[in-house]
Amino acid sequence: MTTSTRGTRVPAVLVLEDGRSFRGRAYGAVGETFGEAVFSTGMTGYQETLTDPSYHRQVVVMTAPHVGNTGVNDEDPESRKIWVSGYVVRDPARVPSNWRATRTLDEELAAQGVVGISGIDTRALTRHLRERGAMRVGIFSGDAIADETTLLAKVKAAPQMKGADLAAEVATTEPYVVPAIGEKKFTVAAVDLGIKGMTPRRMAERGIEVHVLPATATADDVFAVNPDGVFFSNGPGDPATADGPVAVMRAVLERRTPLFGICFGNQILGRALGFGTYKLKYGHRGINQPVQDRTTGKVEVTAHNHGFAVDAPLDTVSDTPYGRAEVSHVCLNDNVVEGLQLLDQPAFSVQYHPEAAAGPHDAAYLFDRFVSLMEAERA
Amino acid sequence: MPKRTDIQSVLVIGSGPIVIGQAAEFDYSGTQACRVLKSEGLRVILVNSNPATIMTDPEIADATYVEPITPEFVEKIIAKERPDALLPTLGGQTALNTAISMHEQGVLDKYGVELIGANVEAIHKGEDRDKFKLVVEEVRKKIGHGESARSVICHSMDDVLKGVETLGGYPVVVRPSFTMGGAGSGFAHNEEELRRIAGQGLTLSPTTEVLLEESILGWKEYELELMRDKHDNVVVVCSIENFDPMGVHTGDSITVAPAMTLTDREYQILRDVGIAIIREVGVDTGGCNIQFAVNPEDGRVIVIEMNPRVSRSSALASKATGFPIAKIAARLAVGYTLDEIPNDITEKTPASFEPTLDYVVVKAPRFAFEKFPSADSTLTTTMKSVGEAMAIGRNFTEALQKALRSLEKKGSQFTFTGPAGDKDALLREAVRPTDGRINTVMQAIRAGATPEEVFDATKIDPWFVDQLFLIKEIADELAAADRLDVDLLAEAKRHGFSDTQIAEIRGLREDVVREVRHALGIRPVYKTVDTCAAEFAAKTPYFYSSYDEESEVAPREKPAVIILGSGPNRIGQGIEFDYSCVHASFALSEAGYETVMVNCNPETVSTDYDTSDRLYFEPLTLEDVLGIVHAEQQAGPLAGVVVQLGGQTPLGLAQALKDNGVPVVGTSPEAIHAAEDRGAFGQVLAEAGLPAPKHGTATTFAGAKAIADEIGYPVLVRPSYVLGGRGMEIVYDEARLEAYIAESTEISPTRPVLVDRFLDDAIEIDVDALYDGRELYLGGVMEHIEEAGIHSGDSACALPPITLGGFDIKRLRASTEAIARGVGVRGLINIQFAMAGDILYVLEANPRASRTVPFTSKATAVPLAKAAARISLGATIAELREEGLLPRSGDGGTLPLDAPISVKEAVMPWSRFRDVHGRGVDTVLGPEMRSTGEVMGIDAVFGTAYAKSQAGAYGPLPTKGRAFISVANRDKRSMIFPARELVAHGFELLATSGTAEVLKRNGINATVVRKQSEGTGPNGEKTIVQLIHDGEVDLIVNTPYGTGGRLDGYEIRTAAVARSVPCLTTVQALAAAVQGIDALNHGGVGVRSLQEHAEHLIAARED
Repeated sequence: MTTSTRGTRVPAVLVLEDGRSFRGRAYGAVGETFGEAVFSTGMTGYQETLTDPSYHRQVVVMTAPHVGNTGVNDEDPESRKIWVSGYVVRDPARVPSNWRATRTLDEELAAQGVVGISGIDTRALTRHLRERGAMRVGIFSGDAIADETTLLAKVKAAPQMKGADLAAEVATTEPYVVPAIGEKKFTVAAVDLGIKGMTPRRMAERGIEVHVLPATATADDVFAVNPDGVFFSNGPGDPATADGPVAVMRAVLERRTPLFGICFGNQILGRALGFGTYKLKYGHRGINQPVQDRTTGKVEVTAHNHGFAVDAPLDTVSDTPYGRAEVSHVCLNDNVVEGLQLLDQPAFSVQYHPEAAAGPHDAAYLFDRFVSLMEAERA
Repeated sequence: MPKRTDIQSVLVIGSGPIVIGQAAEFDYSGTQACRVLKSEGLRVILVNSNPATIMTDPEIADATYVEPITPEFVEKIIAKERPDALLPTLGGQTALNTAISMHEQGVLDKYGVELIGANVEAIHKGEDRDKFKLVVEEVRKKIGHGESARSVICHSMDDVLKGVETLGGYPVVVRPSFTMGGAGSGFAHNEEELRRIAGQGLTLSPTTEVLLEESILGWKEYELELMRDKHDNVVVVCSIENFDPMGVHTGDSITVAPAMTLTDREYQILRDVGIAIIREVGVDTGGCNIQFAVNPEDGRVIVIEMNPRVSRSSALASKATGFPIAKIAARLAVGYTLDEIPNDITEKTPASFEPTLDYVVVKAPRFAFEKFPSADSTLTTTMKSVGEAMAIGRNFTEALQKALRSLEKKGSQFTFTGPAGDKDALLREAVRPTDGRINTVMQAIRAGATPEEVFDATKIDPWFVDQLFLIKEIADELAAADRLDVDLLAEAKRHGFSDTQIAEIRGLREDVVREVRHALGIRPVYKTVDTCAAEFAAKTPYFYSSYDEESEVAPREKPAVIILGSGPNRIGQGIEFDYSCVHASFALSEAGYETVMVNCNPETVSTDYDTSDRLYFEPLTLEDVLGIVHAEQQAGPLAGVVVQLGGQTPLGLAQALKDNGVPVVGTSPEAIHAAEDRGAFGQVLAEAGLPAPKHGTATTFAGAKAIADEIGYPVLVRPSYVLGGRGMEIVYDEARLEAYIAESTEISPTRPVLVDRFLDDAIEIDVDALYDGRELYLGGVMEHIEEAGIHSGDSACALPPITLGGFDIKRLRASTEAIARGVGVRGLINIQFAMAGDILYVLEANPRASRTVPFTSKATAVPLAKAAARISLGATIAELREEGLLPRSGDGGTLPLDAPISVKEAVMPWSRFRDVHGRGVDTVLGPEMRSTGEVMGIDAVFGTAYAKSQAGAYGPLPTKGRAFISVANRDKRSMIFPARELVAHGFELLATSGTAEVLKRNGINATVVRKQSEGTGPNGEKTIVQLIHDGEVDLIVNTPYGTGGRLDGYEIRTAAVARSVPCLTTVQALAAAVQGIDALNHGGVGVRSLQEHAEHLIAARED
């Protein structure tokens, strides 16, 4: 390995499953890695992105060229580790600058064994993914570099995202409790399908004691905590594989317990109601997405990280086994369903991230909406 | 909910002349807004006194009033046009203040005009420091973040002195309320500074109010641009981080978008605070800009201020993101919501989103301290820069280096050769923020400074400091490498090194580096500014270069014309040139070409992606232009490159472009040389039998003296290669000549000094003309009000000429034609003549669009720049007459007798500058241009037109009161008649003893006042300077002798600036002012739109 003042010179190559490749330099750990190539357009919040369990088995391409400028601190991670399977940046920082930073991102990636690549035309790669859709990718650096045919074969041998059941791989294995901040008002059972740390915190701030349960939790496990409301979190993978959580969700709906879902949780609600889910061409990943709340007409700028979406009719109320349902939120960029709500019982979900982290706080009101549902139920 | 149906007509107020702190960005914003409103079917009425703007082109609004932006004139316009609404948020502080004052006077109520875009309460909450503090407190209560710097509001010097104690001592920041560009604000480190800054601030503030604040010097500074609609949807369009920490006005800082050194948590705090503020202030259909300071040690956030309107930063943010803030603000003002407005760039997504960038934008300010040698060049919270360049790169280093070379100023690029200097001395120097501090920092790094030392000296964020180290390390590698291999060269280009920098480091010629680079296959690619980091396909070809893999320039079929813009605004090369470039783009697009604009000035209309078919936001250096030419030649046929409309910048590239095989259209590089080279031009004149003032060149004092002795004093001396009259001086005697030669650093054996006979008392005349090789179209003849010797850019002028007869015009026409033919012009030429003793001397010729083209075009209702662009590409004047672009017959030399008179007046930036002792800089006009902008007054007769020009430039002429007169001996004769007229108009005259004596002998009574040098009299009689300071003088006439001026004159003139009293520094201006006062006192000054003037003129032409 040759290291100059301008950072590592270890060569790296990124190979897409359709054969296009990019040559750059190693970033983070040296070696090889595979995953689904997706791009994220957020200009801030790389620490949150890297530690978001929904990015499990994905190689994330950062469209913002400078990454790592504020280093790494101990407060901003959204989970216990970095989940992305690979990281692609253009211009990594050489020194971090922030009063909270304790180490560099490069060090952190290397320490957690995350293979990355830097110095490539990330915009060209992003445009490629936009036109051809998300696809499998491999990053190879140092000794892992071989001739491109060999590398391409390895990429093609890697598993697909479609049909992947990943929630259990990222979720907690043991239940734990996040106590309410201040006076406790409600108990919520939160099914962890890849939950981000900020989500229980947003609930705790509103007087909710959050019982975080493993992805494998059964309906009985959920009801055992005697919840005022049930929450289904975000998480990685294909919702079509999530039969377990869908069954739990149906049980909750039967009981008419107030219910709130985010991201994967929204897809599960969709499936529980009988809607289909499908894979988007290249997904929504960023913190600038305009979503309209159809009940108020207002637009919120929101954080997104989803490759799948619910297939529900936009302009009609649908009849479901749990009463009437409608699409409550829609993305104004492409009319993708971003939220569902039941009209006859207290249940709703959104496809995006009201807990933000990273991203704007515009949608934080949804946690208040959840609280209102629980209050109404109690009254 | 779509557009409001209850508004059919809107009055838009522009920002008036270009001044420091309020410049071309408001033409960009205003033009966008007017176009949008017009396309919405509204009748758009515009008032703007600045003729050099696209927004005052007659086709942009329905009724365009080039009238002074004062409540009096705007009321006249309202009374005449009866608009339903007034949109005041697009014309800077000028428009906002005018609108507020009209609201307060009840004018808006009287005529039933609704203020849209921002309501009065919101404007007050945003701009009034006291109220804004309450806003911030309220926000903190609601969301727990944001606070104001601890501060005290003061209305008197006593308040101010007490305030410092309350804040816990010095340093403190002084900020006057309701001034633009931070005028009058600054840091006070002790009582003396405090008294001076706060004293002036109290005067400048229309509410006699200043704010004293705790010092947050050295904190990180950020800005957010926000927009909000009537449904309370809010988006943050852009975040901007200042490279220079707190203490330097954001207009004078190097700024970066997006913010580079914030975590998401910290950024979201700023965003939350910003949104809460725009809501609390109540901006509900428009945009605002909010500035923050962040303590680098703990993240404490202080809200500095907000502007409830479109601003310089919003123009920058629009160019940086592709999100057109002004355009959208105008739509919001008439009732749309953000989600109803499409994103122009993607066409399929809405404007209710936040742009995300996959590139870095750097803006660098351009200063003009060389024009004001006595001014203190320390950067403070008062803006001093006169222009800016923006650059886009795929990383910070690339964008920064592009921005620095875009400044087109000697020494603005980093240099890595030669001795760096003493590290400690450089670090000490870097403590003081000033023009080029970043270069000092780079030299300190070269001299061995550590990152910590640089941070300690400058408080520039460590991440930025490291980027400078990165650049320096690459320079070291370039210097140390055995040869330029592909990896190293590509790496250097990826970090923004220009071919010239690499050449300098390697000891090669620039063209050799370029050849090597091309041989190695290293060329820039062009990426698109698309608002969304490639998430959606972009429809708008808005490009920037980068050394990356994939280019996005699409092939095209139509022949393209590349128009080179004029770069950053500077004194001598401003918005007027942008105007001509934009016109060329419009005209050539209409003629069937694909127009490609190249420019790096974010303030302008030319860099609006709507202006041309393609926009390259790039520096205007040979290397960058050649890159674009190559890319466009790959894309399709290239008809040529237009270099003659963007001022000296593109003109200077003409020969090199031609040498590189680029088709330069219009006037050929050889012809340009014939006009610019003194010897060659002398030949042209000799062949045409035209006289020029006697002249010679010398490299020593002895040589210069010999020439001066032969041609006689006074002489005009200047270095041989200057722009805008740089270093030019009128020398009246040998002693001064010797001193000039000794002082000038620009004179050497290879750089001679030019010595010209100075034509005392000559009338100076400017001519703009078109020539196609056969026919001459005389665009306009402008007669200067001030005599020859005052730079044409600083002189007022009248069109049509007010004292020239038919015979003179005939001579001017013949001379102009002879020169245009002799030089070989194809397009525009500007010639300056001086008429002395009935001889018409040729002073100089510029084979390009001049500063006066927009003025001439507006005064004569003929689009000269459009015609020039067409001629460049082969059209003839006869064809253009046939087409109707030019009048069928006649030209600017044959205007009908009842054509309106237009007066152009220059606007000077005196009030912006102080010397190191805090005193004002002298205001005397000279051969070196120092004005930043201009206004136009147009009316049926000269007096009224002149009065309007003064009202537009400096405030209305007084129609009664006390006039102080003190003139140099040589002016005493010509002063008598105008002085008598002033008395006839009821003025009381004050004069110094010498002038009073002359007046008395001519039967005019004048009260003798004490000179400053005489001090206060025994009975407390005030000196003239005290009288001016106390507001007891309404008009000042003070002409200097030579340059430099006597101390008294200096004190008088700087006092006049401080008190904003009209101050005339030439007797010609006095004569014109008297005509203006006469017109005002005869009442009935009306307003008339350019469209009405044009209609009248066209009708008269056809008679």
